[in-house]
Amino acid sequence: MNDQTLTPEERAANLKGMGCARKRVEDVRFTQGKGNYVDDIKLDGMLFGDFVRSPYAHARVVSVNKEAALALPGVIAVLTAEDLSPLGLHWMPTLAGDKQMVLADGKVLFQGQEVAFVVAEDRYIAADAVELVEVEYEELPVLTDPFEALKSDVVLREDLEGQTEGAHGPRKHHNHIFTWEQGDKDATEAVLAEADVVAEEMVYYHRTHPCPLETCGSVASMDKVTGKLTLYGTFQAPHAIRTVVSLISGLAEHNIRVISPDIGGGFGNKVGAYAGYVCSVVASIVTGKPVKWVEDRMENLMSTAFARDYWMQGKIAATKEGKITGLWCHTTADHGGFDACADPTKFPAGFMNICTGSYDIPTAYLAVDGVYTNKAPGGVAYRCSFRVTEAAYFIERMIEVLAIKLNMDAAELRRINFIKANQFPYQSALGWEYDSGDYHTAWDKALKAVDYDGLRADQAQRIEEFKAGKTRKLLGIGLTHFTEIVGAGPVKNCDILGLGMFDSCEIRIHPTGSAIARLGTISQGQGHATTFAQIIASEIGLPADDITLEEGDTDTAPYGLGTYGSRSTPVAGAATAMAARKIRAKAQMIAAYLLEVHDNDVEWDVDRFAVKGAPERFKTMKEIAFAAYNQAIPGLEPGLEAVSYYDPPNMTYPFGAYICVMEIDVDTGEWEVRQFYALDDCGTRINPMIIDGQVHGGVTEALAIAMGQEIAYDEMGNVKTGTLMDFFLPTAWETPNYITDYTVTPSPHHPIGAKGVGESPNVGGVPAFSNAVHDAFRPFGLVQSHMPHDHWRIWKIANGLGMHG
Amino acid sequence: MIPAGFEYHRPGDIASAIGILQEHGDEARVIAGGHSLIPMMKLRMAEMGHLVDLQAIEELKGIEIGPDTVTLGAMVTQHELITHDGLSAAIPLMREAALQIADPQVRYVGTVGGNVANGDPGNDMPGLMQCLNATFELSGPDGNRSVAARDFYEAAYFTAREDEEILTRISIRVPGSGVGQAYEKQKRKIGDYATAAAAVMVGNGTASVAMTNLADTPIWSGEASNALAGGDVDGCVSAMLDAIEPVEDNRGPVEFKKHVASVMLRRAITRAQSRAG
Repeated sequence: MNDQTLTPEERAANLKGMGCARKRVEDVRFTQGKGNYVDDIKLDGMLFGDFVRSPYAHARVVSVNKEAALALPGVIAVLTAEDLSPLGLHWMPTLAGDKQMVLADGKVLFQGQEVAFVVAEDRYIAADAVELVEVEYEELPVLTDPFEALKSDVVLREDLEGQTEGAHGPRKHHNHIFTWEQGDKDATEAVLAEADVVAEEMVYYHRTHPCPLETCGSVASMDKVTGKLTLYGTFQAPHAIRTVVSLISGLAEHNIRVISPDIGGGFGNKVGAYAGYVCSVVASIVTGKPVKWVEDRMENLMSTAFARDYWMQGKIAATKEGKITGLWCHTTADHGGFDACADPTKFPAGFMNICTGSYDIPTAYLAVDGVYTNKAPGGVAYRCSFRVTEAAYFIERMIEVLAIKLNMDAAELRRINFIKANQFPYQSALGWEYDSGDYHTAWDKALKAVDYDGLRADQAQRIEEFKAGKTRKLLGIGLTHFTEIVGAGPVKNCDILGLGMFDSCEIRIHPTGSAIARLGTISQGQGHATTFAQIIASEIGLPADDITLEEGDTDTAPYGLGTYGSRSTPVAGAATAMAARKIRAKAQMIAAYLLEVHDNDVEWDVDRFAVKGAPERFKTMKEIAFAAYNQAIPGLEPGLEAVSYYDPPNMTYPFGAYICVMEIDVDTGEWEVRQFYALDDCGTRINPMIIDGQVHGGVTEALAIAMGQEIAYDEMGNVKTGTLMDFFLPTAWETPNYITDYTVTPSPHHPIGAKGVGESPNVGGVPAFSNAVHDAFRPFGLVQSHMPHDHWRIWKIANGLGMHG
Repeated sequence: MIPAGFEYHRPGDIASAIGILQEHGDEARVIAGGHSLIPMMKLRMAEMGHLVDLQAIEELKGIEIGPDTVTLGAMVTQHELITHDGLSAAIPLMREAALQIADPQVRYVGTVGGNVANGDPGNDMPGLMQCLNATFELSGPDGNRSVAARDFYEAAYFTAREDEEILTRISIRVPGSGVGQAYEKQKRKIGDYATAAAAVMVGNGTASVAMTNLADTPIWSGEASNALAGGDVDGCVSAMLDAIEPVEDNRGPVEFKKHVASVMLRRAITRAQSRAG
């Protein structure tokens, strides 16, 4: 078709740019089994590492006898803390300003902790050798309850004994890590004292785990000739890993190449640094051969970063009419044996201070106490921005609890307390500036879509039938209006290990009008290669299909802080648009030269620059690209490429309204989701199909968390849920249908107005499911019950309410 | 999650398999579908020098539907139980229960013989076989013998089968028309063992009731069965609740399991009665 005959709309459609439900380019290889994951990497002479792990949650390591293991043919080495100590690598820094044992240094602090690293010619020999390492332990008292830990004489972290200052201020007890306070304590307590109504409740968000399908692993390859270390691994932040490896190993950063190949899901689990990464590097340096380490499922569940485990004591104050006047929260945060929480440095409890949620709450106070226990370290943002799911769950439960206290409809209570559209940008009492929002519009749309009044009538009828003995099933309507805070973040207040949390994109246009773009982020299933090409396509008028996207290789990609906390689109997506705009600016000059007019006399038109007032005189981006490489243009360098490092001026604040309708069998505790409606406002929508996919995935993880998924410990600190038999990972069988919907409130400060969406469904989903359970029992007197709502805990609610006769 | 080394045997007939078991004694174990044994080997909770794979033994395969009796080869898969029309017509309970086992991928490989012989109290088939009053045929160095399913289970993973014996076939009397059957199972998710499960047959003045994963063996109760045969549902449930001995685990505490057991049993009874002639 002749290009000139196409309408602008047709030309725009051909680009498959922003707004297009473009199919995922990644899926061609994934659906054919042609992905390239860490465990697919095979290098000549590669050795395999495997861990000896502690069976005890708290014990002194009396001795490690390697002899029998070393005697097994094919075993190359057995590393212990003693071997790493001369290199200073037996401990490593955590992202939270603490330090963590790489291999047990005298004691172990959680079950599954790494004690020795066996290196062998293949993984089978390594597994056999692990059995042959004899470790003598002396058991110590175990602390699994953070409240007990703060009272106990038992010192978990002997290495910190006497240190009254931690990375985040004073430590109040030898098992205390930090206190973090936000807001105005005195003013909030004054509001609580004078309020018409105060609802108080402990909201526990249990410990769970991101459980990506691909477990963590790495392949380290030290080339002793060039002195260059190549490290492949499951890294959500490859550049940060390179810097960390350089800092802790002493290797020059230019001699380290970190590659994140295809990653089979991260969800926060692959942000931090693990002992396996360090040990594979050390083993490769020691042996001069590549060393692979890949953990199994049980190791992943029991020893890599967990999520949540927040005990949130809340008080919410309101007038008789339901206008909220104040919010108070004290959180006891169980961080496990080491503080390896993955948060920006200045935020030891992440962005928990988003806990005023979607509501205009004038006065608020939040304090968080971090505590050491005999559990695995972590505290990562499992498919959410830093501690945002905890915050959203807290406020969405407190709203429900307040509604009960006020005897009000919870939908109406939310409506009268929402921040109004004309209040944005909105300064929250706990220190954030919400960029944009229109909560009332979204809420009304959601309630109308599900016929909220009709649902309440159904529920009322069900209650009558239940009381009349005609049914044993209750109906719960779970409401949530959440506000996320994502896109960390402004370098002025967000850094990780001192690295500012900007991100980057470099775009090179090839002479024939195709392009390659490289970013500082790394996709783990988000579809960056699809969506970021769409941003470029819309910005510079080249088809998305002609744009290759690369991430994850620190030798080629520009420096960036990686992918987690829904930051890729808000930060790297912005960098992508800005880099593209630099290219377009140069293209404008080239076009003007070619068209023999002044720069200001051409204007952008979808995929070309045309002379103002003479649209038939134009140069397409393809033509401009070729000219950039074959014409000597006065005053312009040849070539057409640009790089942008984007430091966002603010976070973005996606929001949404989720409604879950659930049937609950009071006799068995079984539940069934009858309907789930998810309205998301993530600002400008880049690819609606990918947004739907993100929502489906995120709500499914939320379902898992709310309805059964947990990392549970017994009193001895044994992990009770260390396999997928007991750790709930939903399959298609358990996953309900979801109805997705949207409103669009662009971010005013983001170049394309996008806010990020991948984590909203987890943030909104968890309270929606949990509130549905609570709502079903509300007419019978339930106020608060802790997740996960598995069969027996639901049964326990019914039993406690006298429903079993 | 890598098992210790072992020798792999793949005999072609029952006699050879028994010979290998005799030769290696405690060191050898037979493997059918492997869904119980292989995870235990990967966890290194089960270690054996010799694994005797029964897949190649034709004598262990096949479903025979006679006028009075159904015979299942030990290596018949759960998938075959579900898709065999003759079996579904003769004993619909088999299909109903097999559909509740694990997931389709597991059922393609998992066998009825492995399910009943392993003695895992979580498995569905042992309780079902007790409800159906099945007979297990065992072959060993001293020849063949039969053991009633109701006499087979001694404790968790301990059965009447001797180490050198192989469970070869299962015989079940066809319940006959007029007998309603039902299997009810509560589980946390697909692929899970039962929180509680009940197998019920009732009709023609007879009844048989068994339950799964509520003690260290399946529980068939004569008293509960007799009560139900006499139309006393409450008596049946009460007798069964006396017979089971659930223990607390991740599925919940004892009190909850007993309650769910009663609910599953009542539901199975109601459904079986509605299907009775």
